[in-house]
Amino acid sequence: MTIQTKSDQPLGRRPLSRRGFLAGAGVAAGAFSFGFSIPVPAHAAAPGAATEVGAWVVIQPDETVIIRIARIEMGQGSLTGLAQLVAEELDCDWDKVRFELVTPGENKRRGNVWNTQSTGGSRAIRGSQDYVRKGGATARAMLIEAAAQGWGVPAAQCTVAKGVITHAQSGRTTTYGAVAGAANALSPPATVPLKDPKDWTIAGQPLKRLDTADKLDGSLVYGVDFTMPGMLVAVPKACPVHGGKLKSFDAAAVSKMRGVRQVLKVDGETVAVVADTFWRAKVALDALPIVWEAGANARVSSDTIAALLREGLSADTPYVGNRAGDAKAVLAKATGDKASRVIEADYSFPYQNHAPMEVLAATVRWTPERCEAWAPTQVPEAALAAVATAAGLAPEACEIHVMRIGGSFGRRLQTDYLRMATLIAKQVPGTPVKMMWTREEDMVQGRFHPVTQCRLRGVLDAQGHVEALHMRIAGQSIASFTNPAAVTANGDPFVFQGLLPTGAEMAIGYTIPNLLIDHAMRNPHIRPGAWRGVNLNQNAVYLESFIDELAAAAGQDPLAFRRTLMAKHPKHLAVLEAAAKGIGWDTPPPAGVHRGLAQVMGFGSYVAAAAEVSVDKGKLKIHRIVAATDPGHVVNPQQVEAQVAGSFVYGLSAMLYGECTVKDGRIEQENFDSYNVMRLDEMPVVEVILVPSGGFWGGVGEPTIAVAAPAVLNAVFAATGKRVRHLPLKNVDLNMS
Amino acid sequence: MAKLNINGKILALDVEDDTPLLWAIREQAGLTGTKYGCGVGQCGACTVHLDGVATRSCALPVSAVSENQKILTIEGLGAERPHPVQQAWAELDVAQCGYCQVGMMMATAALLAQNSSPSDAEIRAEITNICRCGTYPRVLAGVKLAAARMTANKG
Repeated sequence: MTIQTKSDQPLGRRPLSRRGFLAGAGVAAGAFSFGFSIPVPAHAAAPGAATEVGAWVVIQPDETVIIRIARIEMGQGSLTGLAQLVAEELDCDWDKVRFELVTPGENKRRGNVWNTQSTGGSRAIRGSQDYVRKGGATARAMLIEAAAQGWGVPAAQCTVAKGVITHAQSGRTTTYGAVAGAANALSPPATVPLKDPKDWTIAGQPLKRLDTADKLDGSLVYGVDFTMPGMLVAVPKACPVHGGKLKSFDAAAVSKMRGVRQVLKVDGETVAVVADTFWRAKVALDALPIVWEAGANARVSSDTIAALLREGLSADTPYVGNRAGDAKAVLAKATGDKASRVIEADYSFPYQNHAPMEVLAATVRWTPERCEAWAPTQVPEAALAAVATAAGLAPEACEIHVMRIGGSFGRRLQTDYLRMATLIAKQVPGTPVKMMWTREEDMVQGRFHPVTQCRLRGVLDAQGHVEALHMRIAGQSIASFTNPAAVTANGDPFVFQGLLPTGAEMAIGYTIPNLLIDHAMRNPHIRPGAWRGVNLNQNAVYLESFIDELAAAAGQDPLAFRRTLMAKHPKHLAVLEAAAKGIGWDTPPPAGVHRGLAQVMGFGSYVAAAAEVSVDKGKLKIHRIVAATDPGHVVNPQQVEAQVAGSFVYGLSAMLYGECTVKDGRIEQENFDSYNVMRLDEMPVVEVILVPSGGFWGGVGEPTIAVAAPAVLNAVFAATGKRVRHLPLKNVDLNMS
Repeated sequence: MAKLNINGKILALDVEDDTPLLWAIREQAGLTGTKYGCGVGQCGACTVHLDGVATRSCALPVSAVSENQKILTIEGLGAERPHPVQQAWAELDVAQCGYCQVGMMMATAALLAQNSSPSDAEIRAEITNICRCGTYPRVLAGVKLAAARMTANKG
C-alpha cells in the first residue's frame, strides 16, 4: 500500500519509477522500480521518453534530470552529495533533480562505466568525486554542443544556467529537455574542465536530501519489506559457536506446522525454515530440534580471549607500524633512572555488534538459467560474485537489484548472508524466497568489531617532555578473516589506522623522538568485520587517553601538552585548536562541569572533539561535544553535520554500553535488552565546526566517531580523577572513592 | 483469525492468536511501513497507535486486541494529508537511513496528542526509540517544531 500525495510537497521529492531503461530480465533496476510490488506513481514518465546523456545523467522531456547513483545509500547521505556534484557541473536546475540506482550487472555489461559501487571506508564521495563531476561536465558539454549545432553557432558562444541554454547574440534559448535527444547522439568530449570549488553553487550547499519523502510515509521498500507474488520467507539459524557444525535437525517435528513449506540444510553450519510468512517460519524454527557440533571453540570465553591477547602485550615477535629513534632502549634506560619517569598503562576495547536497525535480509529467485537478488548490500560487485558462485551460474546470468539500506555501518560489506539466501532459494527453484534474519541471529552471527588490548609505556624527561613512547596493540585482525590476501607476512597493515608515520589516509599527529607502535596479532574464533570507524576507534581511545595520562603526569594542561607534540602536524593541530576554541577551553567551565579533548586523523580527514561532562553520584552526564572536521572539501555541510552527530551516537553507545561477551564459545548478547545503545535521553548537544582547508578530499562518515569516546573519557578523568581504561563504561564505578 | 480495525478499516486476518500485531500488520494487512527491529519491545521501530496510545506492536499478540480498538499505522497517519510530525521531519531532514523514523514519528504524534507542548526533558524521557544512525538531535528539534506548528494551527 502506498500513500499517494498530490505533489512532491511537503514531504520532499519522490523517486521516479521508470521501467525498462536499465532493464535486466524484464525487471527494471533501481531502488524504486520493483515493478511487481509497487504501484507506479501517476507522475512516472512513459518508458523510453528519457534520454541518457553520458553515463551519469538522464534527461526527460519535462526537464526532469535523473542522476545515476552507483554508491550505496544506507543513511549516510552520500546519495545527495554525489547528485550535488554531478548537478553542479551539469548546471541543471536542482529542483528538477531525481536519482536512480544502478546495478552491478548493468555496470559489468557496460564495462564498469560507473566505476566501483563498493561503499565503505568513508569513500562514497571522496572516492568518486572526480569522475562523477566529469560525468556532469561531460553531459553539460554534450547538451550545449547539441543546442549549438541546432542553431548553427559555435558552442563557445552559448551559456547555460539551470538547464536553460542561451545564445545571447541571437537571443535564442532552449532547454536540456529539448536537446537531450540530439545530445545523446553526440560523442562525449575527450576532456572537460571542472569548476573551482570556490565557484560552486549547488555543491557545498546545505541542501536537503533527495531520498526523504518515502521514508516519512512508510512507502520505502527496504530489504525486509520486499515482496513478490508467490514469495516465501526463510528464517535461518547457524551454529551459535562460530566455526561449529550443524549435526542434525528433526524436520518432521515442525513440518506440519502452519505455513511451513520446507526445512532445509543451507550449508554445513546452517538450517532454515521456509514458510509462507516470516512469523510462521520463525515460530517453526524456534520449535525445531537442532543438534550442533560446536567443536573446540566451545571452550572459549571472554576470559580465555583476554588471556590470549594479554600474552600478546609482551610477545617479542610483533609487527611494527611506526618507528622513530629507539623507544625500547630509552624505556630500558629510564626504568630506575630517577630523572626520568616511566608511565605505563594497559587498555582494552571489547567486541561490538553493528546492530543496524534493519536486520539482514535478501530476496532471491533462482532458476537453472538465471538468479536474481533484491538485496541490501554495501558491495554490489562482490554481492554479484557471491550470488553467482552460490547459484552455480555465470555472473552474466545473475543480477543484484540494489536497495537503500536501513543502516549498515559495515555489516553488509560481507556477503555471507547473500550466499546463504542464494543457497536457500536454489532449493526452492523458481520461487522467490526472502531470507530474513531475526534480531537474535543478527546479534549472534555478526561480524564483530575486533577485540584488542593495548599496553602503553611512555618516558617523560625532567622537563616533562615525552622522550619515548611504546604502544603495543594485541588483538584481532579484521583483514585476516575478511581479506587474507591483504595481510602481509608481517601482519595486517590496517591495524595502524591513525598511527602511521605519514600518508594522506591515517597518519599520527604527534612527533615523539623515540616512538614504537607495534601489533601482535591474536585471532580468536569470533568472526570480525569492519565496524564504522574500524580500527580508528580503539587506536584513538588508547593513544588519546594515554597522551592525557602523560600530560597529567607532566602536570601540564592537555591542550598545551599536545601543542608541543603537534608542532609539525599543522592540520591535526588546527582542528584540535578549533574544537578547543569552540568549547571555550581558555575559560573555566560551568561549576561541576569538566572538559576533555581528543584528536585523530582517519579516512583522509582531520578531526577533533572537546567534551563537557559532569559526574554526579557516580552517574555520568555528557553535556556538550564540540567537533571540528577538516575533510578538505565539504559537499553538503548539513549532511556532514548529521554524520558527525550520528557518529558520536554510535561511538558513545559503544563507550557507554557496547560489549559482546563470549561464553562457551558463543556471543552472549542476543538483543537490545542486553546490548544497550544510547537513546535520546542521553544525547548531548553536538556542535559541528567545519574547517575545510582544500587541496584534498577526506571522508566524513567515520572519522569523528573515534574522537567522541576519548574526549569524554578524558573529561571523566578531569571530573573524577579516574582513568577509564577498559570499556564499556557501564562496568566502571565512577563514584569517588 | 483476527478482526482488526487498521486505519479505519475492519480487516479479517488469517493469523494465529499468538501472532504479534506487528506481523499481522506487515504480513497479513500488507502494511510494511511499520518495522521490525528487535521483537522484544526494546527499540520502538514497530510503534503504532492503539486507541491513540503509542504501542510497540512486536510484543503484543493479536488476541489482546479487539476489533473495537483503533489501530493507526504510518500509512494511516498521513493518509489525507501529511501529519505535522511528518512535515516537521521533512523540513528538518531528520531521517538518515529512515528505518526507525516511522516508529519515531508515531511515538511523537502520540506524545503531542497527549501533551501539546512537551519540554525538552519530557521529550527525552518519552521518546525512547532506538536510532543507530544517531538522528537524535534532529528528532528532538522535529518534535519541538511539530509541537509549535500544531499549537499555532489550533490557535
